[in-house]
Amino acid sequence: MARQPEGPPPPPTVQKLRLRYAKRGPLRFASHRDLARALERALRRARVPMAFSAGFTPHPKISYVGAAPTGAASEAEYLEIGLAQRCDPEQVRAALDASLPPGIDVLECVEAAEGSGSLADRIDAATWRVELPGVPLAELAPAVEAFLAADVVTVEKRTKNGLRDVDARAAVAGASAAEEAGCAILHMVVRQVTPAVRPDDVLAALAAVADLRPPSPPRAVREAQGRLDDTGTVADPLGPDRVAGTRCQGEPAAV
Amino acid sequence: MNGESLYPRLEPLLAQVQKPIQYVGGELNAQVKPWDDVAVHWALMYPDAYEVGLPNQGLMILYEVLNERPDALAERTYAVWPDLAALMREHGVGQFTVDSHRAVADFDLLGVSFATELGYTNLLEALDLAGVPLHAADRDETHPVVVAGGHAAFNPEPIADFVDCAVLGDGEQAVGDVTDVVAAWKQQGRPGGRVELLARLARVDGVYVPRFYSVSYGSDGAIAAVTRTRDDVPARVGKRTVMDLDEWPYPKTPLVPLAESVHERMSVEIFRGCTRGCRFCQAGMITRPVRERTITGIGSMVDQGLRATGYEEVGLLSLSSADHSEIGQVAKQLADRYEGTNTGLSLPSTRVDAFNVTLANELSRNGRRSGLTFAPEGGSERIRRVINKTVSKEDLVRTVTTAYANGWQQVKLYFMCGLPTETDEDVLEIAELAVEVIRAGREASGRKDIRCTVSIGGFVPKPHTPFQWAGQASAETIDSRLRLLRQAINADRRIGRSIGLRYHDGEPGVVEGLLSRGDRRVGRVIERVWREGGRFDGWSEHFSYERWTAAAAEELAPLGVDLDWYTTRERGQDEVLPWDHLDSGLDKEWLWDDWQDALSEEEVADCRWTPCYDCGVCPTNGTEIQIGPTGRTLLPLTVVGR
Repeated sequence: MARQPEGPPPPPTVQKLRLRYAKRGPLRFASHRDLARALERALRRARVPMAFSAGFTPHPKISYVGAAPTGAASEAEYLEIGLAQRCDPEQVRAALDASLPPGIDVLECVEAAEGSGSLADRIDAATWRVELPGVPLAELAPAVEAFLAADVVTVEKRTKNGLRDVDARAAVAGASAAEEAGCAILHMVVRQVTPAVRPDDVLAALAAVADLRPPSPPRAVREAQGRLDDTGTVADPLGPDRVAGTRCQGEPAAV
Repeated sequence: MNGESLYPRLEPLLAQVQKPIQYVGGELNAQVKPWDDVAVHWALMYPDAYEVGLPNQGLMILYEVLNERPDALAERTYAVWPDLAALMREHGVGQFTVDSHRAVADFDLLGVSFATELGYTNLLEALDLAGVPLHAADRDETHPVVVAGGHAAFNPEPIADFVDCAVLGDGEQAVGDVTDVVAAWKQQGRPGGRVELLARLARVDGVYVPRFYSVSYGSDGAIAAVTRTRDDVPARVGKRTVMDLDEWPYPKTPLVPLAESVHERMSVEIFRGCTRGCRFCQAGMITRPVRERTITGIGSMVDQGLRATGYEEVGLLSLSSADHSEIGQVAKQLADRYEGTNTGLSLPSTRVDAFNVTLANELSRNGRRSGLTFAPEGGSERIRRVINKTVSKEDLVRTVTTAYANGWQQVKLYFMCGLPTETDEDVLEIAELAVEVIRAGREASGRKDIRCTVSIGGFVPKPHTPFQWAGQASAETIDSRLRLLRQAINADRRIGRSIGLRYHDGEPGVVEGLLSRGDRRVGRVIERVWREGGRFDGWSEHFSYERWTAAAAEELAPLGVDLDWYTTRERGQDEVLPWDHLDSGLDKEWLWDDWQDALSEEEVADCRWTPCYDCGVCPTNGTEIQIGPTGRTLLPLTVVGR
């Protein structure tokens, strides 16, 4: 006999909000699990009226989209939350941001437009900026060139199922080298593939094709995520919601 | 000495280590104060991994108390895992605080809280990484004053060579007094150098400065005498006791880590001290008398803490939480207050005789119904009389059965193995008990899927307890009794499959025993073990028994003593114990009488409800038991934004 939780079922979701947040500075070392825990607690502190799942251990309705790896900073992390009570998105953003430690900064919050599809479907690529301290541009530029000229660059990567060979080249839609304050910068657009190709994998590929070995660990920042268009840029995944949001606005409850 | 941040040099190393988040700080409610704004800088260390150290209440309390002072700042530091330690040595980055990544060597004081002796090698590792001389005698006034605190500080002799002082008892007021002394000494231009500073600290109530006491040994290897080397330090050092817990509602804003930690909840200490008189329990002996926080004091700490943290669970902490004089009202009124908010309450463990279903239901009313934990500690009624934790087998079975009948599926039972006078039969009774609990529980609940987990560890005799004279059981004895117990539990598979057995091997307990009741000579064993790579001795994957036994054999042999001398040897009444000059308030004669009572299986009642039995604590320290009921009521909270 299956036991039933006592009491009435939890109130349903009446509003979905989509948020963009950044992880910056030392908090780039937070893992996805660390961030998820911090966000759930911050939602409680901010007293956001979350909708909960039913069952013996109710969980707040939160879904995360493609988390940046531990050690990488990001300006474009996304999540969606379900609320049991309607709220003003901007008030939720401000309250949540104030409840999070500095370095996890909530940048945007919009109401999900109904029937506009899932957030995950609007993301298939990311743009990255990787600082390579101690690497001169004159070394990075030819390495990038050699990498782009190759058809396949196989690197070994550690996955849940052990070591695995992946083609880093196929996932990279574009890459270029630049320089800022004497530090070489790698800009690139990387497609979401399985298994994931991350900045570390591309750096391993640069080592493979051009023996590029940075003297100190590179710093990667995810600058944007979205759908890759024909021009090689990624579209803002919250764009469709923002457009819909200007057309209709419900009566917001106070946060 | 400028408190400059090491972060720019640390950051590239963090990209190369496991779980780097534990080293970056920035937790919710962390505090960072400008270096030059204050006179006194404290680095506070928990000598274990971040995930274990961060939730530590003692450290969190001192962190807040010190940072509230306008003339002081406190930052936290934890033991660094070997992967990062190797990189730090390679790149010349010293032990750092997580708050501002300042070098520990820059601070005026390094306070280290020892909940267990197995953190001693981590202290040496931190000192070495910090670039602070290991031996207190080699430090000058540019080095931090290394202060030990926590329960293990009641016998700091094994680390006497490595610490400058130890604080006995409650730290809330003591850290303030120490800060005052350091501030004045610095302001006066550091007169008399480090020795003068330590001499002034030695005159602070509760502060022990080992270098001002010399120890001599007799031909039998035992201590001949401990004598002070200066007239202006106390012959015996007493402990500190905070008398009104409501005046010290700390931590007010508990730290919330980003990284996962061992306790994913906030805690409120509902009382301090315990007079149940369990003879094995050092905490219960050295934290007397009982001092309750009032129901209203608890209510406001829970409210403030939840607002500050966003936690979903509140642990009501103490040595025996169900003994709070108003625990029923505390649980009910808190449950009323947080109705409908998914906020759970929990007690760390419950005495069998204090459990009732109403209380347990109130605790889980708004949160998740977790398992229940009871700690009978001893397997037989006889051994429970020896340890003074008396509960009859019938009561135990009835209580646990009631829990199953009321819907709990999972009950955990804590036991110890290797208690004084224990025989194989005492331990085998644990199996009988567990079998009976499952049998009665299945009948009462009508369910087959109930479970009972037996958790058992080796007993380590501790200083300042009636068992301080006892011979510790050897690792072989413990392991063999645990083997017998496992066989007995598995004898009947139909019942045995509902019983889980969790146990610890006997070997780490032997090392803990050496460090718990050791004297200053044990310091060289600790140093040797650390030099040979010993770290994180509380972690089975890092602990090496062979390293400890080899180091003990080689370092102690020239002194005419050995590992067994410190552990399995029973002490006589007249032996000078290494901690005799450190006063927990307990009368040594009373402790001895209680030890004799233990051997003749005589119990002693709790002095909260029966007359005083003259343990000595209250008259020595000028303290008294403080318990309710107050009869006060929690007011409903003003709800904001709901």
